[in-house]
Amino acid sequence: MAETRTIEMEVLRYHPESDSAPRFQSYQVPFTPDMSVLQGLQYIKDHLDGSLTFRWSCRMAICGSCGHMVNGVPQLSCHTFLRDYFPAKVRVEPLNHFPILRDLAIDQTDFLTKLESIKPYIIPAEDKPVESGEFLQTPAQLDRFYQFSQCINCLLCYAACPQYGLNSDFIGPGAMALLHRYNADSRDGGRAERMPLVNEEEGVWSCTLVGYCSEVCPKGVNPANAVNQNKVNSALDYFFRFLMPKGGTR
Amino acid sequence: MTVRKPYVRPMASWWRRNPFFMRYMLRELTAPFVAIYALILLVGLVSLSQGEAAYNTWLSALTHPASIVLHWLLLVAITYHAITLWQVIPKTMPPVKLAGRALPERAVTVFGCLATLAVSIAAFLLVKLL
Amino acid sequence: MTRKRSNAPVFWALFGAGGALAALLGPVLVFITGIVTPVGIWMPQSALSYDRLLAFSQHWAGKAALFVIVSLFFWHAAHRILHSLHDVGIHIHAGMAAKLLCYGSALLGTVIAAAALLAIGF
Repeated sequence: MAETRTIEMEVLRYHPESDSAPRFQSYQVPFTPDMSVLQGLQYIKDHLDGSLTFRWSCRMAICGSCGHMVNGVPQLSCHTFLRDYFPAKVRVEPLNHFPILRDLAIDQTDFLTKLESIKPYIIPAEDKPVESGEFLQTPAQLDRFYQFSQCINCLLCYAACPQYGLNSDFIGPGAMALLHRYNADSRDGGRAERMPLVNEEEGVWSCTLVGYCSEVCPKGVNPANAVNQNKVNSALDYFFRFLMPKGGTR
Repeated sequence: MTVRKPYVRPMASWWRRNPFFMRYMLRELTAPFVAIYALILLVGLVSLSQGEAAYNTWLSALTHPASIVLHWLLLVAITYHAITLWQVIPKTMPPVKLAGRALPERAVTVFGCLATLAVSIAAFLLVKLL
Repeated sequence: MTRKRSNAPVFWALFGAGGALAALLGPVLVFITGIVTPVGIWMPQSALSYDRLLAFSQHWAGKAALFVIVSLFFWHAAHRILHSLHDVGIHIHAGMAAKLLCYGSALLGTVIAAAALLAIGF
C-alpha cells in the first residue's frame, strides 16, 4: 500500500584514522512515507554501508540522542521525515559547533561538564526529614519552571547558538535553561551556589539574544528566555549585591 | 583500535548558513545607524553651545539633499531596530499571565510597536503645537 | 574553582536603556529633525530654530532629555557594535582594543554632550 520512492541522502563522513577532514558521501535510499531521517540512516547502515556511525536510541523524540543537522537545521532525526525533503536530496551532518568524533557522532563532553557544574538537582533550602511530609507546590509555582524541566539534553540549542560556536566557554542555552529550572523551583535553595555561574562573562553575558535556540528546541523549552531572564537576575545581583543578604537576589 | 582526533569545523561566515542568522545580523547592523544619528545630534548640541551662527550652519546642513537621503536611511534602520527590539523583548521577561493564561510573545511585540507609534505621534504633536 | 563576576551588567544596562529609548523615540526624532523640518512640510522650519532649541536646552528637563538621548544612543550602539565585531571574528587578539574603542567612543560622546549642555548654561 505504502509507495516506495528513492531519495538521495548526503551524509557527512569522518573517519579519524584515515580522513584528515570530513567529506560528504551520497546514498540512494528507498523510503516509504512513514520513514524518518533516522530510519534512512539505519537503512544505510543495515543495507548500504555498515561503517556509518551515528547515535540513536528511543526513535520517539524523548531520548535526545539522534540530533543532527538536517539540511543545515538542527533536528532530531527521528522527528524529521524523508517525505518532507523528497524529491530534493537531504543532507545530514553532525550537530554544528561540536567537535566531530566519527561521522555523525559529536563529542558532548563539554556540555556534560557544564551540566554537572550547574548542579542539576534540587538543593533543599533546609533539611526536611521524610516524616515531615512532602514538599507542596501550587500550580503557579510549578508553572514557573515546568517548561524548562522538559529539556532532554539533545544539544540542538547548542548547534543553533553561534555564540557557543564562536566561544565554547559560553555555558550555552541548554545548561542555562536547566540552571533556571532549579533556581525557579520553590523547593530549591541552591540559587546562591548557582549565581556565580550566571554572573560570569561565560555565563549569561556571552549571549547576544540571537534566539534561534528557542526556535529549534523539539520540546518547547525556551532557552533564550531562561538565559535572558537571568541577565536581569544577574544585573540585579550585580547592582544590589551590597544591599542584599548573602546570596544575592531572589 | 581507537583513534581520537576530534575535528572542529570552522565558523567563518556562519551567518550565511541560515536565514535566521541573516536577520539577526541585519538587526545588529542597525547599531551603526543609531551611532550616526547620535553623532549628528551631538554635533547639533555642540553647535548650539557655540552660538546662533554655528547652530544655523548645522541646521542648514540638515537641509542638504544628501542629509535628507541619509535621514531616510536612518529612519528605516532605526524603525527596523524598534520592531526587532519589540520582537525580542518577550524573551527577556518572565511569561506574562493574563486571566491565568500565558500571553503569546506576539502580543507583547504588537503592544511594544503600538507604544512606539503612540510615543511618536505624541512627540510629533508636542513639537508641532507647543 | 573561583568564578569571575563580569562587569557586563553596567554596559548591558546602558545598552538596554538606550535600545528601548531608540525604539520609542528614535524613528520620530529622525523624522522631525532630519526629514520634515529641514524640508518644511508638516513642520515649520522654525520648529528647530536657535531660540527655541536654546530655551529647551536651558531648561533643566530639556537638558536632561537631550543628555539622556544622545549619551544612551551612543552606549546602545557601542555595545552592539562590540558584539558584532565579536560575531565577525574580531576578538581573538583585538578583543581588548575593540572594547576600548567601542566603549571609549561612547564615553567620549557622553562627555562632549555633557560639556556642551553645561556650556549652554541654565
